[in-house]
Amino acid sequence: MIELKEVYKTYPNGVLAVNGINVKIRQGEFVYVVGPSGAGKSTFIKMMYREEKPSKGTILINGIDLAQMKNSKVPLLRRNIGVVFQDYKLLPTLTVYENIAFALEVIEENPKTIKKRVMEVLDLVKLKHKARFLPTELSGGEQQRVSIARSIVNKPKVVIADEPTGNLDPETTWEIMDIFKEINDRGTTIVMATHNKDIVNNLKRRVIAIEGGKIVRDQARGVYGYES
Amino acid sequence: MKARTARRHVREGLRNLRRNGWMTFASVSAVAVTLMLVGVFLTVILNVNHIGTTLEKDVEIRVLVDLTATKEQQRALKDEIKKIDHVTTVKFSSKDQELDNLIKSMGQDGQAFELFEQENPLNDTYIVKTDSPDKIAPVAKKIEGLHYIDEVIYGKKQVQKLFKAVSVGRNIGLVLIVGLLFTAMFLISNTIKITIMARRREIEIMRLVGATNNFIRWPFLLEGLLLGVMGAILPIALILTGYNVVYNMLMPKLAGTMFTLLPFSPFVYQIAAILIGIGAVIGMWGSVMSIRKFLRK
Repeated sequence: MIELKEVYKTYPNGVLAVNGINVKIRQGEFVYVVGPSGAGKSTFIKMMYREEKPSKGTILINGIDLAQMKNSKVPLLRRNIGVVFQDYKLLPTLTVYENIAFALEVIEENPKTIKKRVMEVLDLVKLKHKARFLPTELSGGEQQRVSIARSIVNKPKVVIADEPTGNLDPETTWEIMDIFKEINDRGTTIVMATHNKDIVNNLKRRVIAIEGGKIVRDQARGVYGYES
Repeated sequence: MKARTARRHVREGLRNLRRNGWMTFASVSAVAVTLMLVGVFLTVILNVNHIGTTLEKDVEIRVLVDLTATKEQQRALKDEIKKIDHVTTVKFSSKDQELDNLIKSMGQDGQAFELFEQENPLNDTYIVKTDSPDKIAPVAKKIEGLHYIDEVIYGKKQVQKLFKAVSVGRNIGLVLIVGLLFTAMFLISNTIKITIMARRREIEIMRLVGATNNFIRWPFLLEGLLLGVMGAILPIALILTGYNVVYNMLMPKLAGTMFTLLPFSPFVYQIAAILIGIGAVIGMWGSVMSIRKFLRK
């Protein structure tokens, strides 16, 4: 479970990006985070995997306060949170298989488990047949599927996605959304920042709208609510 | 750390060195040049130091006692010398012993003296040592003021000049070495910074998927270590051979003087160990310095 209490974030340059956010996200929820550019969405997302530290307030993930968390514990947090980005962040010199396995290798998982887990997630994202390809040999949608596979390969309870479909065409976007839905159906919490009106309005889930660093709307089965 | 992980780190470190071929070459050369200079300096300084300490140990004041002094007066003189500050030992050497020493020190030529059946012209002598070489001159001055002294002999100015030169040399050498070491460290740190830049994305992803900082750091640490150690190899080889040549050339010429060089073994092996150690330390330090800012937060 994720819980933010009275969270503020001021950047060193004085910009107040998050201005008192209170929100609870239960295990297994699917949450869209929407709002105009510069509203504080990204900061909100980044604080959840502790890329940014809140200036004030508490962020609890499974009972652990990220604001109080020591830097040395951050890697352990990251092992329980999958992160997906708009630009995939794959390593160009590694194959699809190696890119996914990388996430387990760096946490010193044993080779047997690595192989088993990688094959499982490759199956889930339907890329088994491209395991030996390099990222550059894949389409954007396929690359994003690799990235998603990597984010869930160590079975995190939460997957955080920052504009995962931002670079994709509508058809591919739905392929990606189907995968997220599948992951969510298996019990993983999904928090997704997006600008895509279409997916928010069609795959109806909880919508949190952020403007000026505050939550201005929180609907159980919401709509996008902005002109895009 | 698991053995598998250790192997991975070594593999990654080596891959980095290969991938940045020319940078690797450049920084290894830079380290080699630096360590060469450090090595030569060290060799010279340690030898100068060695000569210095040998001389320091040898420096003594020879007090030639007036021939007219009686045994009683000699004893009184000895007590008086002993009372002077910084005097550690006062040894009596009779004029017969002095003659023996003189004859011995002249080797073959000295044998002629054994035929010399005259009265011994030498004085009874007190050999005075002080606790530190720079006290020689003041102590000698004080002894000169005592009664029944024929002459006080010590190295005087030459000795003092030598000591001064030795200590100045030591200090200059140290400053230069420290400067050079910083240069080498800077160069290694720069090389590693470039390899880190090339792998920024990889580091970012490693951090995202939960690799610990140590895990990320290790390959770079090993890379730095290898750069440093590789840089030490050439200087060690050169100093090993060079010292051998110089040693064999100079030692015969120095025979008979009080100057000696440090013997080849274990001295050069100590130098080798020091250079490898320095190379390794500056290599790792350089890499730690350059990776630090990528691992913040």
